[in-house]
Amino acid sequence: MSKITIIIGAAVLLAGGYYLGKSGQQPATVIKLDSEPKAAFTSSGAEEVASASASVVRSLVTPSSGELIVVRDGESIQDAVAAASPGAVIKVMPGTYKETVYIDKDNITLSGVIEQGRYPVLEGEGLRNDAVLYSGNGVTVENLYITHYKGNGVMGQAGNNFIIRNNYIVDTGVYGIFPQLGKNGIVSHNIVSGIEDAAIYVGMSDNVDVVFNQVFDSVAGIEIENSRHSLVESNFVYNNTGGILAFITPGLPIKSCGDVLIRNNFVVDNNHENFAIPGSLVSNIPAGTGVLVMACDDVVIEGNIITGNNSVGITFTDFSLAGNAANDPDSEPNPNRPKILNNIMQDNGKDPAPAVRAVLAAMLETTGPDIVDTVGMDDGCILNPERFRTIGLGKYTECEFSTTANVASYTLPEPVPARSMEDVDKGKLAYYGVCAGCHAYSSRMIGPPTQIIQALYMDNPEGIAEYAANPVKKREDYPSMPPQSHLDDETRLAAAKFMLKVTK
Amino acid sequence: MNPLYRHSGNTLHALLLVLGLALSMPSLSRATDIVLNENCPPGFELDAGQCRLRTLYQMYASLEDAGVGGLKTGLPPHRDGFTPQQIDLGRYLFFDPVLSVDGTVSCASCHDPDRGFADGRGRSVGVGGEPVRRSAPSLWNVAFLQRFFWDARAGSLEEQMQGPLYDEHEMATSPEQLVRTLNGIPLYRELFRQAWPQDFQADGAQIQLNQVYAAIAAFQLSLISLNSRYDQYAHGYADALTEPEKEGMNIFRSFVARCAECHTPPLFTNQQVAVIGTPDPEGMPFDPGAAVPLNEPTLRGGFKVPSLRNIALTAPYMHSGRFATLREAAAFYTGGRGHAVPPGEDLKIHWHIWEPKLSDEELDRLVDFLQTLTDESFKPVEPPELPSGIQPVHNAIAREGTTPDNGVSNHE
Repeated sequence: MSKITIIIGAAVLLAGGYYLGKSGQQPATVIKLDSEPKAAFTSSGAEEVASASASVVRSLVTPSSGELIVVRDGESIQDAVAAASPGAVIKVMPGTYKETVYIDKDNITLSGVIEQGRYPVLEGEGLRNDAVLYSGNGVTVENLYITHYKGNGVMGQAGNNFIIRNNYIVDTGVYGIFPQLGKNGIVSHNIVSGIEDAAIYVGMSDNVDVVFNQVFDSVAGIEIENSRHSLVESNFVYNNTGGILAFITPGLPIKSCGDVLIRNNFVVDNNHENFAIPGSLVSNIPAGTGVLVMACDDVVIEGNIITGNNSVGITFTDFSLAGNAANDPDSEPNPNRPKILNNIMQDNGKDPAPAVRAVLAAMLETTGPDIVDTVGMDDGCILNPERFRTIGLGKYTECEFSTTANVASYTLPEPVPARSMEDVDKGKLAYYGVCAGCHAYSSRMIGPPTQIIQALYMDNPEGIAEYAANPVKKREDYPSMPPQSHLDDETRLAAAKFMLKVTK
Repeated sequence: MNPLYRHSGNTLHALLLVLGLALSMPSLSRATDIVLNENCPPGFELDAGQCRLRTLYQMYASLEDAGVGGLKTGLPPHRDGFTPQQIDLGRYLFFDPVLSVDGTVSCASCHDPDRGFADGRGRSVGVGGEPVRRSAPSLWNVAFLQRFFWDARAGSLEEQMQGPLYDEHEMATSPEQLVRTLNGIPLYRELFRQAWPQDFQADGAQIQLNQVYAAIAAFQLSLISLNSRYDQYAHGYADALTEPEKEGMNIFRSFVARCAECHTPPLFTNQQVAVIGTPDPEGMPFDPGAAVPLNEPTLRGGFKVPSLRNIALTAPYMHSGRFATLREAAAFYTGGRGHAVPPGEDLKIHWHIWEPKLSDEELDRLVDFLQTLTDESFKPVEPPELPSGIQPVHNAIAREGTTPDNGVSNHE
């Protein structure tokens, strides 16, 4: 089934290009010297990170309290996480650890200790789901060797300010590294291979840099999906089915993708047979795909070395590639405002995937192009188009800028703060959000009215907070109060203080 | 409690209603002295005369303010801002069978507070006694939803409620009958005056349809469930869940089971339409779902991803109740991609439906975890008496739903 889908997907993919190729003409080579400098690159993300230009690039660090926990071979990493307080550094010694580690706390550093090339190994044995799951903010995961998990190597759910670096992830499930629904993060210096979807997958996230990674032998090398302000730079991406992808996947709750810089990467020989899971979007990618942009807007492709990809070097396309997925009326399908700056492209398209070859044959071509735009966007731009074999770029104009060097990183100059609590009264939220289930101001509910509690405790919110943590039955005519120790001390006290000042 | 006895009482009322007599018989309107609540329901602060939702989740942000993420993630945008009186009036209307054509069905018949604001049936039953096409969804946390009905065809509660109110198989009334009936009950006119005093200053001011819709919506929007044991864990209390439940949570959010990819915290839905290929009950034609109202053929068999909050209370599961238990519903996802799609149907099955090969033990742990999403601490109090004078009916009808032949034989 997947093969058929691939063929259909590829046929649709190039069908638009076929039409446009027939009607387009290669531009003549024009020799000229620019008499004045081009404009600076601008984007909404560039403005957001502009103040960082003077400081250290990617200055993000996970705050540490000085607490150190050392995990040795034979011990449990999860036990260490359970014991850790926010700010702890957990050092994992070389050895083999057969577990899923989940981090639901903030500011935890999970750091492998590498001794003479020996890593701490997280071993999934083909049985366990994910190696590391995190949902806390400010989490670092580094220096781990992860292998044989069924799901993901490192997976984030909504953690902001994350750092995933220096990991070695081999033959592990669906995604190697998958931060999702987070803001401000770094994925760097990881070596990832043998992944049946994307080796590195940034999903529904903002302000993430994917830099200095080596990804190979996977279906997709690096995928940026439904994300904004992402920098993919200086990665070595080879022998995948598709090298670097920027996608909108239809049907997700966050529907936009844009402002993605794909810069200075090696995208080489991505000709691996497609071994994706049937039904997955990447099962549609023809082998031999270098860079593929589907529906993602304002993607800049600059300074990459894109060579030896046997179908197409760079592809811009719409949802017609995703023929096996339902449409999403709320997702905009076109790759708007594509921008192709100077790239080095050689040796692409020399042995197209069968479906691509079939479409090319109809155009009396046997070689795939360096660049194809299957939609034929009329708001794209390219520098030096005469250097490349292109299809569908007839309406592209010359880019008004020649470099994005003014954006050194899309990570933020300061960590994303926890939501500003200045205008949020934690005590009020706890009182109405929790206490009010049993206590109304003046009327009897399950518990006594707030007015009565106010009369009893007057200036003693600590008394309320203490009682609520360990209540004892006091009133014959009311049921026992369940303990509220699930609220931390600070929240309980804040709720008690608020309870004493409620007037209605 | 004898359902038949209650039923015969209802029939009397129904008959009187149809004859236009009920309204002139004061003996039936016992609840003559209702004063609407001037306090907001639990979970809400009275702020400048309006009830505003307050929850610990308001301490957290969410990416792009979409309300999807992980543990400490803000909720999706919500709707609030009604007055305490409007909410309380909605409560009376919600439980009052006078809203149906013959006084036999209330909103609560299919959205019973004792059944997770659903009805315990695979397919709901209205005035005709015949099961309708789909299952009644829970009303908990509808304040956060953007689309309504399984097939996502309505964009507001006001739009949604006109479906069951006027569907001939559900409550089967008409806009004209609805306003005529309510205006004919002096107590309702008094209560609407309390809820919208500025609209009832003139002599002879009448209850308006939009006020009826607004009051019912106001009540529905007050049904908040965010204090489950899962929530305690999410807010930082690690001991709120047992070890098996934590295992279940990790399976739930793993990229093997992938539950959380669509049932995304904190609401446990991403509010999208997904084609997953669940079967309809034996003998029922294939339900095309959202493809029809959205006019999108690729969404054939697509339904809105439901929230899983209070899911343990609302068996059976899926759009027409094919699965009797949570365990069966969970096991569907490990049955293979498209395994239950009828022959001849070519569906665009969602990419997250694959073959996770979950073990029996993993399915058990998933069920353990799903049961931690239960919270009824803000369950509203049912009115002891209704302004119409009719006895509440939802308990009787819902209890009958426990055996297959009921709901047909008792409602001829």
